[in-house]
Amino acid sequence: MAENVESTKKIKIPRHEMPCQEPEVRARNFEEVALGYTEETAVEEAKRCLQCKNPKCVSGCPVEVLIPEFIKKVAEGDFQEAGNVLKIKNSLPAVCGRVCPQENQCESKCILGIKGESVAIGRLERFAADFGMKTGKSEYEKPAPSGKRVAIIGAGPAGLACAGDLAKAGHAVTVLEALHVAGGVLMYGIPQFRLPKEIVQTEIENLKTMGVEILTNQVVGKITSVDELMENGYDAVFIGTGAGLPYFMDIPGENLNGVYSANEFLTRTNLMKGYKFPDYATPVKVGKNVAVLGAGNVAMDSARTALRLGAENVYIIYRRSRDEMPARKEELEHAEEEGIQFRLLTNPVAIEGDERGWVKSLTCLRYELGEPDASGRRAPIAIKGSEFDIPMDTVVVAIGQGPNPLVTTSTPGLELNKRGNIVADPETLMTSKPGVFAGGDIVTGAATVILAMGAGKKAAAGIDQYLKGK
Amino acid sequence: MYHVVKKRLLATGIALLDVNAPAVAAKVEPGQFVIVRVDEQSERIPLTVMDFDREKGTITIVVQDVGYSSAIITGMNEGDAFQDFVGPLGVESEIENYGTVVCIGGGLGIAPIHPIARALKDAGNHVISVLGARSADLLILEDEMAAASSEVVIATNDGSKGVKGFVTDGLAQVLAQGHQVKAIWAIGPMIMMKAVVDYTRSLGIKTIVSMNPIMVDGTGMCGACRISVGNETKFACVDGPEFDGHLVDFDLAMKRLAFYKDEENRAKARLECNHEGGHH
Repeated sequence: MAENVESTKKIKIPRHEMPCQEPEVRARNFEEVALGYTEETAVEEAKRCLQCKNPKCVSGCPVEVLIPEFIKKVAEGDFQEAGNVLKIKNSLPAVCGRVCPQENQCESKCILGIKGESVAIGRLERFAADFGMKTGKSEYEKPAPSGKRVAIIGAGPAGLACAGDLAKAGHAVTVLEALHVAGGVLMYGIPQFRLPKEIVQTEIENLKTMGVEILTNQVVGKITSVDELMENGYDAVFIGTGAGLPYFMDIPGENLNGVYSANEFLTRTNLMKGYKFPDYATPVKVGKNVAVLGAGNVAMDSARTALRLGAENVYIIYRRSRDEMPARKEELEHAEEEGIQFRLLTNPVAIEGDERGWVKSLTCLRYELGEPDASGRRAPIAIKGSEFDIPMDTVVVAIGQGPNPLVTTSTPGLELNKRGNIVADPETLMTSKPGVFAGGDIVTGAATVILAMGAGKKAAAGIDQYLKGK
Repeated sequence: MYHVVKKRLLATGIALLDVNAPAVAAKVEPGQFVIVRVDEQSERIPLTVMDFDREKGTITIVVQDVGYSSAIITGMNEGDAFQDFVGPLGVESEIENYGTVVCIGGGLGIAPIHPIARALKDAGNHVISVLGARSADLLILEDEMAAASSEVVIATNDGSKGVKGFVTDGLAQVLAQGHQVKAIWAIGPMIMMKAVVDYTRSLGIKTIVSMNPIMVDGTGMCGACRISVGNETKFACVDGPEFDGHLVDFDLAMKRLAFYKDEENRAKARLECNHEGGHH
């Protein structure tokens, strides 16, 4: 009875807000937008958790973080231990606490959310992980070596999660990364103002202390191949090469100067630190008026980046309406607060250029939504004769990415689906080649960081089973 | 780290560097390229391979001081190191026994034509190399090209060596001799490659060019290097860098090279300013 009274009280406490930089200030800098909980707020928020005996939140987490356990430690003020509990299941908690769409995952299952507001699990995860990082202590017991070697291709979220779990199981892990730093989309894609790169690198350093070897500048498919890795003594290979092939609209004018793929725009800015040009040598250029084509998280990141690089007007151009926008609600709100302008039910048909080959304007059509199709989505229909021009200097194409074929085309015997994604067993994530596993965006198509991490962990379990049977 | 083990100045502002990169040297084939990054603050620069030594584990690159990053690289000495050296990248040249072939190298383009000419010669071709430079003192790798070719024709703009004029004049001389040329490789500035393909188009001789657009990652993930070939968009880093020159939209490619002209000038000016101020 007493417990119920307490539950009723807790439902009435609203979840604690996380302080942010003011929109008008942050829209012009690359510092992190969300500032994180203070120790006091974290304890207060953690105390809202009901400590369910049968916690639903855990089932909503793709890597099954021990949520009530770590929150209990936060509530008790034992922040270091909270961080340690997080690490049991999640190799990159400071990253996940920042970029997971918790509203669709752990927090969507929180029992408090039924009548009130769910516990801010993501914010607490971020708080505890950051605390653990600051103190620099990583309690970790080295497992007995299994004598098995595993090669992981791609140091993005899937590969890193897989590496962490395999290292914990005692396997010798080597991660091969094509770029000059590990992290994948965490380094080149997600901007500094959402996910500071120092945090990503600190979490990767932690993986190295667990014995994970990371080799950068290794383009598999060119410098070596999956078959060669297997011949050279690796007992299993995990392919986590992601969805790094940018799609373009296939409209006239797409090769004009001033048109970027979101991948290029974000890579120049984030990975190469183009926002610090000329201190960093890679330039990135935006004009006064910037159009971002698409409405997912990559589009929001591109739009907010363009604003921070000095653009005056940044437009999100999307052929459906606000309700269909695939971006996270929080990112949409942040973008809106910062002054991103939305041109909905609008789609470009051509990019016009000047005589020097630079973008001059965007020709668009207006759209309306038709009846829901078989999948329940209302199809956008172009309105005839609604063509209009918007003056534009820069266009960023953020309509999605496909699987990069460098690894798959250099691996004979690997079954692919018609979109070029690798086919893997849903339980073990083993591919059509024995001992070769795959997970993350290269299997599912472009998805989220945490789903890729979940796939990496699942593959690690599959690989561990496979190696035990060998 | 990837150390410079040997440096040689080929001409004013043009340096040849042997870089220790055994894993790259083990796999590289003619026509491929590498991407280098000098240090933490540097950009990623694509450089076509001039030579490789699988036993010594070295890759030879030739760099001309034309901007901020190339000035830094040509200033590197033996013992200095690149932080990143990625490769081999791109698709290798299609080497087979065609019969008689012509390899055209213009300016710095002589460096990347070198391994292709040698491989074509090793495959049994009669290789006629046409080398172009503004003047005799800017002509590079003459001995290496002589060794890699069956015949060498030189063209200089000012006539200080060989034929007076452009590589197309050198090529005209070769064709005038009645050779049955089966294929041509042309590497150099875009304007030169365009002139060559404009010339060979009417003759119907297959002409392969090596495109040098702006690149960032060099692995197909960004499309910065996209070019139009036969009205189709291609990524030079993964689909090329070699393409059928008669299908390439050179006007577009040349416009795209100017994307960062202002920024490049700013960076270069800053470097020169630092040198004069003695900050370096």
